[in-house]
Amino acid sequence: MKLTGAEILIECLKKEGVETIFGYPGGVVLNIYDVLYDSDIRHILVRHEQAAVHAADGFARATGKVGVALVTSGPGATNTITGLATAYMDSIPIVVISGQVPTGLIGNDAFQEADIVGITRPCTKHNFLVKDVADLARIMKEAFYIAASGRPGPVLVDLPKDVVVSSTKFSYPESVSLRGYNPNYEGHPGQIKKAVAAIMEAKKPLIYAGGGVILSNASAELTALAKKLDIPVTMTLMGLGGFPGSDPLSLGMLGMHGTYCANMAVTECDLLIAVGARFDDRVTGKVDEFAPGARIIHVDIDPTSISKNVKVDIPIVGDVKRVLAKWLELIDKENISGRDEEIKPWLDEIAGWRAHHTLSYEKTEEIKPQYVVEMLREVTGGDCIISTEVGQNQMWAAQFFTLDKPRCWLTSGGLGTMGYGFPAAIGAQAAFPGKTVIDIAGDGSIQMNIQELATVVQYKLPVKIAILNNRYLGMVRQWQELFYGKRYSHTVMDYAPDFVKLAEAYGALGLRATKPEEVREVIEKGLAHDGPVIMDFQVAREEGVYPMVPAGVALSKMLLA
Amino acid sequence: MRHTITVTVENEFGVLSRVVGLFSGRGFNIDSLSVAETMDPTVSRMTIVTRGDDQIIEQITKQLNKLVNVIKVVDLTMGDYIGREMVLVKMNANEKTKAEILRLSEIFRGKIVDVSPSTYTIELTGDDGKIKAALELLQPLGIKEIVRTGRVAIQRGSVSA
Ligand SMILES: Cc1ncc(C[n+]2csc(CCOP(=O)(O)OP(=O)(O)O)c2C)c(N)n1
Repeated sequence: MKLTGAEILIECLKKEGVETIFGYPGGVVLNIYDVLYDSDIRHILVRHEQAAVHAADGFARATGKVGVALVTSGPGATNTITGLATAYMDSIPIVVISGQVPTGLIGNDAFQEADIVGITRPCTKHNFLVKDVADLARIMKEAFYIAASGRPGPVLVDLPKDVVVSSTKFSYPESVSLRGYNPNYEGHPGQIKKAVAAIMEAKKPLIYAGGGVILSNASAELTALAKKLDIPVTMTLMGLGGFPGSDPLSLGMLGMHGTYCANMAVTECDLLIAVGARFDDRVTGKVDEFAPGARIIHVDIDPTSISKNVKVDIPIVGDVKRVLAKWLELIDKENISGRDEEIKPWLDEIAGWRAHHTLSYEKTEEIKPQYVVEMLREVTGGDCIISTEVGQNQMWAAQFFTLDKPRCWLTSGGLGTMGYGFPAAIGAQAAFPGKTVIDIAGDGSIQMNIQELATVVQYKLPVKIAILNNRYLGMVRQWQELFYGKRYSHTVMDYAPDFVKLAEAYGALGLRATKPEEVREVIEKGLAHDGPVIMDFQVAREEGVYPMVPAGVALSKMLLA
Repeated sequence: MRHTITVTVENEFGVLSRVVGLFSGRGFNIDSLSVAETMDPTVSRMTIVTRGDDQIIEQITKQLNKLVNVIKVVDLTMGDYIGREMVLVKMNANEKTKAEILRLSEIFRGKIVDVSPSTYTIELTGDDGKIKAALELLQPLGIKEIVRTGRVAIQRGSVSA
């Protein structure tokens, strides 16, 4: 029996176990939507294609599965760019299917034509233009495989209308064979041994864990390693939740807005064990003074990440989970009696830094944004999924919402995409209908995809939005305060909507707190409500995120307040 | 330092722009690039001449390897290889220079491939040094136009790239 391209596409999605997709229809994908109408696949109609991609991305981060978005050609496809670039920078496995004008019209400036394969080449892991329906099933198989394997990432499949309409016999390939693509999962055994020897020798070891720990589901192994050898752990923004934040060995986040303790530990350690982290400039500060006295072990699935920014002594190309498991195996054979005594001076030194400068803020008459985040943590007990927008809200969430589990933290790390958090929360909520999903937002960022309120109301996705409303583009204002003599050029956001009324206009619940005493009540009410909620917290306007390492400065030279 | 890198790729549309885009997107330079099908029509081979310090070259080769359509990357500069380039040189030719142009062309084992009343076009092949020397000597006789293929290269002996 022959199937049309549209039918084949849906069959492929089923074969991949896809149950939910996010999308927006249009002319050239009408046939696909027509088949979708009768299928069991749940389609969530967003209000902007950017949100479809972020939702697929949030779905992927929360579940570990591949997220899927479906959009039309031209403007539909170009609206996905920010979402693709966001997923690309953070190595998130998604497949975006875009419609395309019929092959005969490609290159003719046809109505709603865009060279989306060309446009997305630099911000996808790989992309395909399907020219013949006979290739469709194979390409879909490859797309999912490429998205999820090795260093994960977004893959785009561009589907011309005539391909969708024509038909062929459907058979889904069992396996994938790509001559040029063979990710290396097992680290080199010799290097693995060398690393273990270095770990056993070190007097001041420090683990620096990144998003790779979460992507490779290596939290258990990481935790076992740290605890077995009493090695303190600092995490990147992307690594949060990869090691329990409330564990005494956790130093919290490092880098530009990292803790004093973490940044001092990086500066003073004699061995830095980097796992699934890529030495982003927001993490390293001034590279020459990053971990100046340390040997560096770097485990990463992507060889291009190794020795890109920082020279590494023991590189290991491999999957973080497998390499950590091998380390644990080897360490099991080591004699670790007496280790407590050996490591104690280092842990004492760390305890000293920790006692000196903890994350804190001054309590005043006004609502402090940090307090809102702390209260969110307290009321939920940490049992929820947090997404964030970008800016101060993101950093306060990272600092004050202690995360203990992986895949509960959705934030745009690499690209820093304002407008990411809300649609990402939609993706996570669609995956876990019963879970509490909270978007910690800024008043600026939330307005970048505010139209998705319609989506959450329509699909009864009870996402909670907590706006830390400072009526500024706060993070930019903070830089202007520190580095531009308080000249707040175009960062004042006084002309915002009344968020409570806005929520109501969309059919959601709107709540507001203007005084610290009201914060807890608003949160409790918001979380108890059986539907989407905006909580508008009118916070102290000029609060800053501290500590802060100015861009390009050594980590040890933090501004503490 | 200049490096000659060969890249074996799937012979699919768009692959060249993936490779070139990688260079431009990351601010790497391409001095020359040549590409054509191999004995296997599903595979093409590119020869890329680029420059950079060790760290940049390492990134270039790793990033090339990361592309899904790239089958193999070899930095020939690390071993012994033969590099050749072809140049077509159109010379202004008059009664005074014709004999000298012919003589130089012969010395460099070039071929005159086109003649008009006022021009000679020479086809020259060779390594960098030879091409450079030939062009230097031809220059004073009046070069009208040149076109170069960019380098193609292959490893010496029984090894294959
Ligand atoms: C799409 C996009 N545009 C611009 C920026 C630059 N930017 C980074 S933080 C920030 C301010 C964010 O303001 P808001 O959402 O109100 O959050 P706050 O910092 O006040 O918590 C801006 C404009 C960005 N990261 N993303």
